[in-house]
Amino acid sequence: MRKLRVMPYLGTILAVIWLWYVFSLVLGNNLLPGPLPTFIRLVEEIGQAWFWKHIQSSAYRILAGLACAFLTAVPLGLLLGSSRRLDRLFTPFIYLSYPIPKIVFLPIILLLFGLGDAGKIILIALIIFFQLLITTRDSARQVGREMIYAFKSLGGNRWHFFRHVVWPVSLPGIFTSLRIGVGIAVAVLFFVESIGTRYGLGFYIIDAWGRADYPAMFVGIIGLSGIGIVLYESFDLLEKRACQWQRS
Amino acid sequence: MGTSPEFLQIKGLTKIFPNSGAPKVVLQDVNLSLHACDSIAVVGPSGCGKTTMLLIISGLLPSTRGSITLEGEFISKPTYKMAVVLQEYGLFPWKTAKENIVLGAQMRNIKVPAKTLGALKSELGIEGLDRLYPHQLSGGQRQRVALARALLLNPKLLLLDEPFAALDTITREHLQNHLLALFHHRNFSFILVTHNIEEAVFLGRRIVVLNERTSGIQTIIDNPGMGQRDYRERPEYFQQVLLLRHTLKEAE
Repeated sequence: MRKLRVMPYLGTILAVIWLWYVFSLVLGNNLLPGPLPTFIRLVEEIGQAWFWKHIQSSAYRILAGLACAFLTAVPLGLLLGSSRRLDRLFTPFIYLSYPIPKIVFLPIILLLFGLGDAGKIILIALIIFFQLLITTRDSARQVGREMIYAFKSLGGNRWHFFRHVVWPVSLPGIFTSLRIGVGIAVAVLFFVESIGTRYGLGFYIIDAWGRADYPAMFVGIIGLSGIGIVLYESFDLLEKRACQWQRS
Repeated sequence: MGTSPEFLQIKGLTKIFPNSGAPKVVLQDVNLSLHACDSIAVVGPSGCGKTTMLLIISGLLPSTRGSITLEGEFISKPTYKMAVVLQEYGLFPWKTAKENIVLGAQMRNIKVPAKTLGALKSELGIEGLDRLYPHQLSGGQRQRVALARALLLNPKLLLLDEPFAALDTITREHLQNHLLALFHHRNFSFILVTHNIEEAVFLGRRIVVLNERTSGIQTIIDNPGMGQRDYRERPEYFQQVLLLRHTLKEAE
């Protein structure tokens, strides 16, 4: 089973490295460093404690942003999905605010919360919040009438309804949204780490770019992609544990 | 056999759905009673209000007018004295067979001894399915799990909404026999909603025919032969099937 999962990954990595190598030959090493010099640089950087501090700072901001979005959007989404009255009340607010590109609030958030981690985490959380909220609400709405009757006939209360019906119905949708959220969080992280920080892979990439140190820039890109892959796979694994009925 | 006529009383039951156009009267002044340890089969054309009636009796749907009492208590919400088996079995796909069976007891904070649970599973022939999810079970197994869930807390009244509709003929007959055996052993009453004429005659001591035009009861057919050994092979069974078929044609 594990072998089946690793093989496509290895194949894809090898294909990307081969394409990368071809492009570096076509474009020239100055513009696009080849895989070998980049990997040599990666090995050098991995030995440095400050490189790990960049990774640690980025991972912390993404995880904190995802956690804040999860803890606020999921309960609200479950509530809206199972209460028509509340949903009617909140829908206009969601529909008006969802299409606004939240990234434009960066200056305001930085003014309000400062240049430290708080502002960066809040912006990541704010961007993921809406998609997580809408996915959770829509997933919770999938509880059919038959399911409600079956549940009520067993004598459960409102808390039981959330625990035994709404939560499991919504879980697959929540995990899908979290996986999509990882990609968005990484993109937003790159943007927010270009301002007011000296640690984080976003800063590391911008800094290397400014110094025209392209191998280092690619090391940063690999690091950021690595964080994204680890988080994506973690959510995949968590989903398999939490939604066992889907895989059996 | 119990004889109390007061076990279940339905008086003046009316249900009107407030549609955006004209309100739809689904049930109009339905009066019915059920003895303890007795059975009723409800038949009628599609849309005549059979399922609505069952949902109102179970306390899952409010009535517009009328009252339902079970052992003298008014019913306005689900009670542990009743259990419902819905058309699509009503099993939760994310819970295993065992988790589905014990959910009602768990939510009502009732501890079910392992011995009781084991005996019920054995009675229904569903041992060894504990860890399987509903989609891993056959239609017949799912139905048995749904029955086990309904019977776990020993309800006095079992409400069944076309419970065997999705099953093949052999499995259906097998489960009908099984339901009858449980009915004799466990001393509960049941109301069965069905489209199937043979099923109604085999399982209902009285057969209530609903009329779509009047939204009420067209007639009640007594079926004293129900529960007899090899009833399906007796001439009176075929006569009852014929009678019900004619009555249903009139109800359309």
